[in-house]
Formats: sequence, C-alpha cells, structure tokens
Amino acid sequence: MAKRETPLLDQLEGGKWPSFVKDLKQAAEKSPMAEDLLGQLELSYKEKIGHWKHGGIVGVKGYGSGVIGRYSDCPERFPNVQAFHTMRINHPTGWFYKTDTLRRLCDVWDKHGSGLTNMHGSTGDAILLGTTTDHIQPCFDDLTEAGFDLGGSGSALRTPSACVGPGRCEWACIDSLDACYNITMDFQDKIHRPMFPYKFKIKIAACPNDCVASIARSDLAVIGTWKGDIRIDPGEVAAYAAAGFDIQAEVCDLCPTKCMEWDGKKLKIYNEDCTRCMHCINLMPKALRPGEEKGATILIGGKAPILQGALLSWVIVPFMKIEPPYGELKELILKIQDWWDENGKSRERLGELVKRMGMRVFLRAVGLPAVPQMVKAPRTNPYVFFWPEDIQKEVK
Amino acid sequence: MAPQTDIGPPDYKTMLPPVIARNYGKWRYHEIPEPGFMVHTAESGEKLYTVRAGSPRLLSTDHIREICEIADKYCDGYLRFTSRHNIEFLLSDKGKVAPLLAELEKRGYPVGGTGHAISNIVHTQGWVHCHTPATDASGPVKALMDEIYDYFVTMKLPNHVRIALACCLNMCGAVHCSDIAILGIHRTVPKPDNTRVPNVCEIPNTVASCPTGAIRGDMKTKTVTVNDEKCMYCGNCYSVCPAMPIADPDNDGISIWVGGKVSNARSAPSFSKLAIPFLPNNPPRWPEVVDAVKNIIEVYATHARKHERVGEWIDRVGWERFFSLTKIPFTDKHIDDFDMATETFHSSTLFKWR
Repeated sequence: MAKRETPLLDQLEGGKWPSFVKDLKQAAEKSPMAEDLLGQLELSYKEKIGHWKHGGIVGVKGYGSGVIGRYSDCPERFPNVQAFHTMRINHPTGWFYKTDTLRRLCDVWDKHGSGLTNMHGSTGDAILLGTTTDHIQPCFDDLTEAGFDLGGSGSALRTPSACVGPGRCEWACIDSLDACYNITMDFQDKIHRPMFPYKFKIKIAACPNDCVASIARSDLAVIGTWKGDIRIDPGEVAAYAAAGFDIQAEVCDLCPTKCMEWDGKKLKIYNEDCTRCMHCINLMPKALRPGEEKGATILIGGKAPILQGALLSWVIVPFMKIEPPYGELKELILKIQDWWDENGKSRERLGELVKRMGMRVFLRAVGLPAVPQMVKAPRTNPYVFFWPEDIQKEVK
Repeated sequence: MAPQTDIGPPDYKTMLPPVIARNYGKWRYHEIPEPGFMVHTAESGEKLYTVRAGSPRLLSTDHIREICEIADKYCDGYLRFTSRHNIEFLLSDKGKVAPLLAELEKRGYPVGGTGHAISNIVHTQGWVHCHTPATDASGPVKALMDEIYDYFVTMKLPNHVRIALACCLNMCGAVHCSDIAILGIHRTVPKPDNTRVPNVCEIPNTVASCPTGAIRGDMKTKTVTVNDEKCMYCGNCYSVCPAMPIADPDNDGISIWVGGKVSNARSAPSFSKLAIPFLPNNPPRWPEVVDAVKNIIEVYATHARKHERVGEWIDRVGWERFFSLTKIPFTDKHIDDFDMATETFHSSTLFKWR
C-alpha cells in the first residue's frame, strides 16, 4: 500500500537494531491510520516538531482513566489520525504471556485500532497506540471479552508493576508478582476512577537490585530484603576460587561496608555491618544467598522532576513481612493515600507533600515510629519543631 | 447485561511456563553462558533457559504475531517482556536453544542485553504520539542502538550501562536515574495565546504549574504573562494550558545526563547529572547525539574498573577527570541554580586539577 513518500524515515530502516519504521510500515499495509501516522511522523522529521494536540476527555463507560485522548494538529493532511487515542492495557504481572493471550490482544487491536503498540510503556502497561473515539467502547468490550482490562491514567493509581521475582530469580525475598497482582486486583477502583490529587505509582521489587526502578520511579516502593546472615555455601565459594574468580578483588574490595574477609580458603562475613547491597550475592549466586528471614523495606516519595524537582524514594518502614493477603501493606497504603488525599494540593505528588509538611507530620498521621534507618544523618539545622505535648505547659 | 468492569489484568499465574510454575520461588542460581542466554537452575535441579532479544518497543500486531510464532515453535507458547522492553523466550528444552538462536539470527533479532552489556533503551513516545515532545524518541533510540549494537550483543563493559531517553522534562521515561540519560529540552519561553487562554485554561492551575514562579495570572482578563527571566522552558505550563505552545523547531534539542543508577548494588540509587546541556535535533539519525553518547561510553569503557557503573567510576575519579577525559566543555549551565544548588558546590579545597 505504502502510498506516502517517507524519505527521512526510510533512512531509519537500515542498520542492525530492529527498526520501528519497519513496524510502522508493516501496520500501514493494513491500517489507514498507521499509514497516516507514518505520513505525519515524516512531517515531524522534516519540520522538527510534534504534530499532536492536547488530548480531550475520552474514555469508556464507568471509568475515568485508561484512555489518553490524542488528536492530530493537521487533520486535513492526515484525516485518519484526526483522532488517534491511546489505550493503556494492564499487563499480566511480570509481563508473562502465553501466545494465545497475546494473539487475542492483537486481534482486538487490529479490529479497532491502528495495529500499533508499545510492548510496553514505561509504567508497565501494554500500550495500544491509536484508535478513534467511536471505537473506544467497542474495543474495551472486546478487550474485556479477551480477558484484559485498562490500566491507570491521570490522577489515579497507575498500573502497579513488579520485577520477575520468584518467577525466575533466586534472589527474590518476597513474592513480588503475587503481591503486585493482589494489590492490582484489590485496588481496581483506584486505578480506573481517578480520585487523587495526582498520579500514584506503586512498584514492587523482590530484592535490592530493584529491577523495576521502584526507588526512582514510584511514589511507593516495596523492596524485598532480609534480616540475619547471608547464607554461605563454603564448597561453592571454594569452587569459584578454584575456577579463577578473584574473590578478594571483585567481591571483598568492592563491598561498600568492607564487611567481608577472604583468606584464600574461607569467606567470613560480618553481617552486622552488611547493608544488603547484593554485590557479593550478584557475583557469586551459587555460593551466597540472602538470609532466611525475609520481608520488605517500604519507601515513599519517588518521582520525576515535574514539579518541584525529582525525588528518590526514602525509607518509611525498614522491615515489613510481605505475605498474603498483604493486609499490613495495604492498610499502610490506604492510610498514606488518605493523608495525601486530605492534604495534597492539586498536582502535588506524595513526595512533594511530605517535603512540604515534614516527615514528622507524615509519620504521626500514618502512625509510624521514627527510626534511624530513615535518614542518612540527623538534621544539621536547629530549626526543630516540637509537639505541644513535648512541652511542659505549666510555668512554675 | 451491564458491561463487565474492573476485571483486572489476566492472572499472571495462567501465563507461567510449567517449568516456572513447578519451581516458583525455588530458584537456586543462574548463569549467563553467553550474551543474551541465561540458565536458571531450581532447587529441584530443573532448568529454565531464557533467550533475550532486543525489540524496537513500538511493535505492530503482525510483529507480535511473529514473536508468538517463534515462541510457539521453541517455547511451547510462553514468553515475557522485560522492564527494558526486551523479549524473553522461555524454554524448558535445552535442545531447542540452538535452533531458536539460529532462527532469531536469521530473522534479525539481536540477542543480548544481559550482564555487562548495554540493554535496550527505555524511551518515551516522542513525535510518534506525544503532545509535548522536544525531540523524537524512537528515532534517536534506533540511530544510537545501531551504533552501539556491539555492546548489546557482548558483555565486555566494566558493568551494565543503562540508557534511557525522555522526549521532554515530564520524563514519562523517568530517565533521571540512568547511567546515560538522553533528555529532550526546549530552550525558548512558551508564548501564551491570550485570545485562547481564557477559554481553554484555568489560570490558578497554570500559575501553579510553574516550578520557578515565572507565570503571572490576571484573573480579571483570564490571561497570563510569562517572565522570560525566570522561565527555564520546562513546558509544564503547556501541559496544563494548551494555549501556551512551547515547541520551537530551531531551538528544541537534546541534553545528555550521566552517572545515575536505580539499583542498590554497592552504592545507593542516584540521579544522573548534566554532562551536555544541548545538542541539536538532527533527524533522522541525530549524529551529534549518537557521537556524544558513544564518546561517553567509550571513555567509560576505557577508564572504569571492573564492576564500576558510570556514576561509580565518576565518583572515584572526580568530575574534573570526567570532563577532561571526555573532552566535554564545562559551562555555567552545569552549575545548579535550582533550590538545592549549594549542596552540589565544592565547599572544600579538595578538588583535582583535571
């Protein structure tokens, strides 16, 4: 079909890395929407500017999120992308798929949309790129039939995501997949009906390697960790050494707390100094394993720069057991969201609110004790607030 | 019948290959015999073979069907995607690994992205589908991956290098904690169209959207003005007020940030820091951006010690050394002037000459 000339995009078809232009052209064989997308993108490449307008409000019955409105700013030239809305589809936790399920998703999208997707978006959803307003509801109905549901958008709980965890990883300290799925199912209302001051992201990583970037990218991060001693298999340690692996240089010397000693025969770990950074375990997975008492550290506040600068999540609960039905975790999340909902300004993320109100106020509101694990160091300024009850009221 | 709602995503448990279902939570260790090929061994002794392949992320349904066809042939119909958009073929039969690798090579799927490699670039929509981009996303990613392809299919770097691209400061791609971040930026102030502002914008929201307080609202006329001196072109006002367009083909472009990480391995997660304030948008292959990123990777590969991430290497040698080795000019734009700026200043005499 390819009726449009796309000399600039054509230059991105060559090269060793898989080309998105090939996928665009493949979709354009079947879909006039994809064909016009290709044309409009070529125009952007020529003019060095985007050609999409702000989204209007579009959606499906009973939901306030999951569909992002998108319109072309030059519909007279590209009428088939005049409306080109995105649908966010909540991915199966851990991004595991059976091919029959994936094919069903493809069939629905070929029927209702451009045939173009992102597998996946940054938050985790499968992104269906481009459909018209009148197709949104029928597409949603067919997606439901195929076993899929929409993810979050706007001032809602965004689609929670989790690392592969116990599905494949020997380092998993918590069942990241089950916890994420459980929370997702329990909080469907919060995902589909925006009711918060702004977006709220939850990410669950099963160990401190944090393969879902939860500290950087979520308002509430759950990260698997352990108490007690790293489990050592001395036979396997010896096997690594015998195979020529330099335990002193690659493990002990790079241990950030210098809590390991290797005398050429025996590996000794001073566990009380270990901060569970995973380096030694990452390098010697056969010989070293996380300790047996497992749980998670809960952190809050992570976000990208808009509005008041980027934040990395910080510790609010050093250790919590994460076991079905995840009551303690969910109760804490609800308390945090209630407080944020009560006090947050429009478009104020949780981290920004805590920054504005103070950890002291936050901790009291959600009923958490202050502990040294929360800070790198105590404050250096003397601008200290006291609660009224800290003060002796009656002056003698 | 009322339409069904809130059914949630498909249950992941129904998507797991039987070998995973049998050994769920009971994995013992893993090995990476070659780039893109991982073997996970369970306590039971059973093994799961994973082959990781690169993807453009923007996939047509027919491309997905092709992936399904491959997964049916070699993986009994089971696969997954990674948090960096790679495709993972999950096999229980070791005998099928070699034929799968051969088929992937024949079909042009790069296999790699494991261990000390450059994995796929996490990125945003860009001109393909976003309304606020300062650059494209898929295009620069494709151009760069073509050039650094070798680092995807090998494991020869000091550690892995995570690259991410966001096409504007909104950072849907949350690139702010990457070894190398490619960030689209605007450099000119938004121009409020005050004939449209009263109809399409809420003034208090628009005023509140500005991180530096550069926007002043006039509630009477329902218009806004922008203080050019205070505006740093983030575009957030445009996100809430469509009548304040900010895109500028001649001045929009890309900035490069380095040294961030998300994992807790060895050192704490950290933000990426500014390396190059501006590079021009030069579609379709963004040569300036590709060269700049390649240069940083190569200097890092030459000078970092084994297991050092980009940020850990820079922390050890110092930023003075980073700028002298990469030959990137240091400018006044590199010095922070936002609210926590002074924390980044050298309040000591403990610096290096280069």
